[in-house]
Amino acid sequence: MDTGLMVASLPKLLSAAVITLKLLSLSLIFGLFIGLLFAILRLNKNPLLNNFAYGYSYVFRGTPLLVQIFIIYFGLGQIEYLRSTILWVVLKEPYWCAIIAFALNTGAYTSEILRSAFQTIKPGIIEAGKSLGISNRIIFYKVQIPIAIKQSLPAYGNEIILMMKGTSLASTVTLMDLTGVAKYIISTTFKPIEVFIVAGGIYLFMTFVIHNLIKYLEKKFSYQ
Amino acid sequence: MELLAFGKTGWGDELFYATLMTIAVSITAMLIGFLFSLIFTPLKLSNNKILNFIANSYTTVIRGVPELLVIYLFFFGGSGAIMYVASIFGYFEYIEINAFITGSVAIGIISGAYSTEVFRGAINSIDKGQFEACKVLGFKKYIYFFKVIMPQMLRLAIPNLSNVWQITLKDTSLISVTGLVEIMRQSYIAAGSTRDPLFFYSFAAVLYLMLTFLSMKLINKLEYKYSRGF
Repeated sequence: MDTGLMVASLPKLLSAAVITLKLLSLSLIFGLFIGLLFAILRLNKNPLLNNFAYGYSYVFRGTPLLVQIFIIYFGLGQIEYLRSTILWVVLKEPYWCAIIAFALNTGAYTSEILRSAFQTIKPGIIEAGKSLGISNRIIFYKVQIPIAIKQSLPAYGNEIILMMKGTSLASTVTLMDLTGVAKYIISTTFKPIEVFIVAGGIYLFMTFVIHNLIKYLEKKFSYQ
Repeated sequence: MELLAFGKTGWGDELFYATLMTIAVSITAMLIGFLFSLIFTPLKLSNNKILNFIANSYTTVIRGVPELLVIYLFFFGGSGAIMYVASIFGYFEYIEINAFITGSVAIGIISGAYSTEVFRGAINSIDKGQFEACKVLGFKKYIYFFKVIMPQMLRLAIPNLSNVWQITLKDTSLISVTGLVEIMRQSYIAAGSTRDPLFFYSFAAVLYLMLTFLSMKLINKLEYKYSRGF
């Protein structure tokens, strides 16, 4: 056991953890919007929109995240037309490619979580709102969304942790996140166990914080 | 389409074998995972605090650390660990472990943590009376486990195990970083030599979708079989 290496690699790994957290938070924010959009489409009565949303979530949940990143990072660059558009400013950066892939991936899972949360809302609650003459928009924002948040928090907490582990794949497209730096240190010093303990410890600490944050939010939203 | 031709001109046969490799790694990893859960589930359910702690730290660490990091640990540390053990027994030559074994053990350990949780949940949700009835009737331990607890547990566990299978199948794509030629690695090679990454990675996605779709169909049949009478 080389404790000197563990101490020496800690600051490098901690600064890489900041990149991991940046990737995680940005992809969760975008993913939440995508998830909400597709959850609403899933609940739409129009079969075309409905099936489109189902297909989206099926494809993104049925393929590995690694394939999705590679298609976006290596694949989209191949289309000549894209290179001439404004989109290329974003797509040539591995950082944004990773975020797009993560956001689309977590969006698919989030849409399923939100859909099931919306479906568990009792119709009586919405009918009660309607019979009181409240507009559909206000029922959606003030009744359905708060209940859906409460219902979906435990599952969404799991999704956040899964996504945090997913951000490690950013290291495959040349980003130096926590796993990327850990791999670099392992391959230069050839001491995998020490680096694994430090990097794994940082990941576990982040999992622990997220887990407790979700627990706190669950308590806050359970207003019975 | 000619890119997918079989034989020397296309990548069809290579991708076909790569798909078989993905299936082989997934099944091996899943079985190794079952082995691990067979060890750790009883530890989790036991009343001994130390055994409990060991099992809990296994599932917590593995489920809280990225799969890729675990794979790197095994890829870089695997042969070192084996050589260390061998040196105790007086063998000092260089030992290289094959990528298939490293990969399936790494994924198997990850999959084992998930299936341990599934089995623990399933056994916990069996009515306490069932265990007590077995004891009262004086059943032998293995009859009591295999004929009474197991069938009930499997009915509850299979839907969740199908999730574990999906996770395991998708995690095998990460083994490509160690150089094992499965779908992802083969697509990477093909994309590199034809300069057509979009096509090959999309095709890889289609292959994975096919695998998940087919396995879902199979698992649904199993689920139907084990939920007879409910």
